[in-house]
Amino acid sequence: MAEVTLTIDEQQVRVPEGTSIFEAARKVNINIPHLCYHERLSLYGACRVCVVEVEGRSRLEASCVTPVESGMHVRTNTSRVRESRRMIVEMLLANHPEECLTCDKSETCELRKLAYELGVRSIRFEKGRKYHYTIDDSSPSIIRDPNKCILCGRCVRVCMEVQSVGAIDFVNRGEEVQVLPAFGKGLGDVECINCGQCILACPTGALSERSAVDEVWGAISDPKKFVIVQTAPAIREAIGEEFGMKRGSLVTGQMAAALRRIGFNRVFDTQFAADLTIMEEAHELIDRIQNNGVLPMFTSCCPGWIKYAEHFYPELLPHISTCKSPQQMFGPIAKTYYAQKMNLKPKDIYVVSIMPCTAKKFEALRPEMRSSGVQDVDAVLTTREAARMIKESGIDFARLPDEDFDLPLGISTGAAAIFAATGGVMEAALRTAYEVITGKTLENVDFGQVRGFTGIKSATIPIDGIELKVAVAHRLSNAHILLEELQKGTLPYHFVEIMACPGGCLGGGGQPPPTTFEIRAMRAASVYREDEGMPVRKSHENPAIKALYDEFLGKPLGEKSHHLLHTKYTKRGLV
Amino acid sequence: MEIILRNIHKQGYSPDISSYITEGGYKALEQSLEVKPGHLLSEIKLSKLVGRGGAAFPTGLKWELAHNAEEYPKYVVCNADEGEPGTFKDRIIMERDPHLLLEAMAICGRIIGSTQGIIYIRGEYFDAYEILKKAILDAEKRKFLGRNILGSDFSFNIRLYRGAGAYVCGEETALLDSLEGKKGQSRVKPPFPTFTGYEDKPTALNNVETLSNIPEIVLKGGEWFSKIGSPLSPGTKLYCLSGNIHKPGVYELPTGTPLSELLGKYGGGVEGKLKAVLPGGVSSSFLTDRELSVNMDYPSVAKAGSALGSGAVIVINDTHCMVDIAKRCTEFFAHESCGMCTPCREGTKRAKEMLTGITQGSGELSSLELLRDMRKVMYDTSRCGLGQSALNAVVSAIEKFRDEFEEHIAAKKCNLGICSG
Repeated sequence: MAEVTLTIDEQQVRVPEGTSIFEAARKVNINIPHLCYHERLSLYGACRVCVVEVEGRSRLEASCVTPVESGMHVRTNTSRVRESRRMIVEMLLANHPEECLTCDKSETCELRKLAYELGVRSIRFEKGRKYHYTIDDSSPSIIRDPNKCILCGRCVRVCMEVQSVGAIDFVNRGEEVQVLPAFGKGLGDVECINCGQCILACPTGALSERSAVDEVWGAISDPKKFVIVQTAPAIREAIGEEFGMKRGSLVTGQMAAALRRIGFNRVFDTQFAADLTIMEEAHELIDRIQNNGVLPMFTSCCPGWIKYAEHFYPELLPHISTCKSPQQMFGPIAKTYYAQKMNLKPKDIYVVSIMPCTAKKFEALRPEMRSSGVQDVDAVLTTREAARMIKESGIDFARLPDEDFDLPLGISTGAAAIFAATGGVMEAALRTAYEVITGKTLENVDFGQVRGFTGIKSATIPIDGIELKVAVAHRLSNAHILLEELQKGTLPYHFVEIMACPGGCLGGGGQPPPTTFEIRAMRAASVYREDEGMPVRKSHENPAIKALYDEFLGKPLGEKSHHLLHTKYTKRGLV
Repeated sequence: MEIILRNIHKQGYSPDISSYITEGGYKALEQSLEVKPGHLLSEIKLSKLVGRGGAAFPTGLKWELAHNAEEYPKYVVCNADEGEPGTFKDRIIMERDPHLLLEAMAICGRIIGSTQGIIYIRGEYFDAYEILKKAILDAEKRKFLGRNILGSDFSFNIRLYRGAGAYVCGEETALLDSLEGKKGQSRVKPPFPTFTGYEDKPTALNNVETLSNIPEIVLKGGEWFSKIGSPLSPGTKLYCLSGNIHKPGVYELPTGTPLSELLGKYGGGVEGKLKAVLPGGVSSSFLTDRELSVNMDYPSVAKAGSALGSGAVIVINDTHCMVDIAKRCTEFFAHESCGMCTPCREGTKRAKEMLTGITQGSGELSSLELLRDMRKVMYDTSRCGLGQSALNAVVSAIEKFRDEFEEHIAAKKCNLGICSG
């Protein structure tokens, strides 16, 4: 592509034609202040904070949407620019609730930060809000406070462009503009899949998770409850970020130590249940292949993906594995198998899960998820909420010594660790399926073809005469492509892994902000490092899983498994 | 000198196709079919016609860009979303001489290589809509529209699309989004509609009045047109005279006619004592009796610190309170802002609040300075013309009638007893 040379703040810069001024400025280390711009989303050009002066033009230009031109002279930091930016932020602040001290996004709010950086120290407009919107708490996962919305549209774009869901959009005109679900319904009553990517995209406190922190504190301080915590694979390489540690730091031992210190009776690992999931799912796949079952089979670990399919592709639900997700396998195992071991009743046990995900809050409340006789998972915390509880406890996380998980539900393999990354469930299933089908040892457990952040990955794995065709997609916009193929009858795979969030669970909507591409990559590197360091890397070799089958479940896909570990799906309409 | 209203002002003229044909209608289209589009284009360029919707962009250049675009299909879109308060000229054309517009659009299609025209018509224009609907059917019957026009290899259809009452949809890119069934909000430019217009295809988008000049330019030549009126922006202009004037109405005059002549000679003079004139609708700045000598063409009015806009000349006499009028302007823009970009959405709302406060006796003097600063920032940073010009009238009122504002703020009363207090 042709290149153009322009001048930005007296610095010459050479960029490809079509580059925006905003991007060109980054090349000379100028990060132009902005709100509606988001590097992974389409351009919107509405906040107007990123305006710059372009010589020869009568007005300022929004740098994010203005393409460079050869010989252009751009000034990003003139008094005219600064005054404009300040007034725009003042306008937003004049309309914004003064709740910064108690706001969920207090520490990460981009509006607050921008106001500080731009030197907004007073607001010339009449204070006080002109409208008082009702807070939408209809969703079990996400709280929407329209009063804090600055209408940057990042949530609208992430929902449509990344997830192909489109649960929210702009309605009304002028000062009445709002971001709303269709027909003014609540987020809990529309096609929202609860993935929480909108929370990560939102620069203010307009979108946040429905917190379970107080419920969990309540359970911990209830002497009648035996409180068990399980932590998802994607937590250990992300939670350290909340404590100022390096992005993607692997903090498994410190995490276990912190959770024990804040009062959980047992600190277990969802990775144990991930190994269990692989046992069931690999056998289900083999069963479908050998007995002419419905193929391709889709993974079922991701509750965002499940709800997406239930809304948009109900006719394809038979393709989805009946296996519950690791979170939901852990719950009933804790409340039956482990309860028996401990001589406890299911109702005496309170299961808390720490998830990189907001959709897990919804999943735990599904009516199907009560196979222990009570709600299998009682409360779900996001990575952010768990970190806040640790902070609230005054624990100096980064200085904690490493501790181990408790036994036996704390034992896991490398196969379970990689669940955190896109392609991980697939790779873990392949490690087990190969050995179950062939009866031979799989020497090289690494399936590089299904790793990495390519939107849709595919591979053909020869397993004893079967050419096993697999595909992996992350971001539902990519799943959408595969599902359209499937509807046309042209999806040539046996097994497909789908994760709703970019990069898989490590980029989940419950993770610490920001989760940029680079940060996701750092977390992924830790995921695979963890896998490599594990003494056991195949789920079926997990001794605790073997014991579980020997002592309690019998065999994969058996009677007890069917009752405790498998589920069914619900056709949901469109609004 | 009338180009656009020449038929309408003839005795017994009706919007029927027969009337139009009797007056030589569709001759220009017929002639267009016999010459190369490039030849027609050079005549349009030669005419120096500029858009009459308010932006005054050279029509020939616009059509040349659409002509040169190599993507198909291309579209001819007519902006008939006439929503500027005080503007009613396009309505007259559509209701009284609809075939003039249809013929012009077909010629435009011939020039740029389009076979589909769309008229985006203001939702409240019920009569014009019905009249155009019938006119399109009649023109199709007579082979002036449809497949193989007049036996040639040129085909061109026109369909109507009704707006839903949003002023911002008169902004060309918001109009295109609305036309595509989306919320009416302006697009980012570039790309411009000539390359990426309706359905992202090359589109020539023109105002009703602009298009209505085309048949005469084709018949009489670009040079003829370029010699009419002010050499800076030649041709005629339709002025919509309203307010405190003896003979309100639509007047077609050569560009550059002095404002005083428009008001006096044609409008029959001001009712009562003149206080202010908005020469180009509520997006323009107020002129006072000291500025009546201004020539009504785009560059001259701009030089006088205002804008010709779409030609809505609103006359205000001394029975009106300027603070009250400024407040009404802000109410209009706050109501019509699409709400997409921050400066326009928040700025129009805050301006309305401040002006309302001043009319109610709770205003502050500092607001006057703040409004001036807001106008600058809104002009500089708003995404489209709506926000860029929303405070022009208000700030010019403050500049030229500061006493009235200060009186409202300091004495907390309206001398004329108009503001509610």
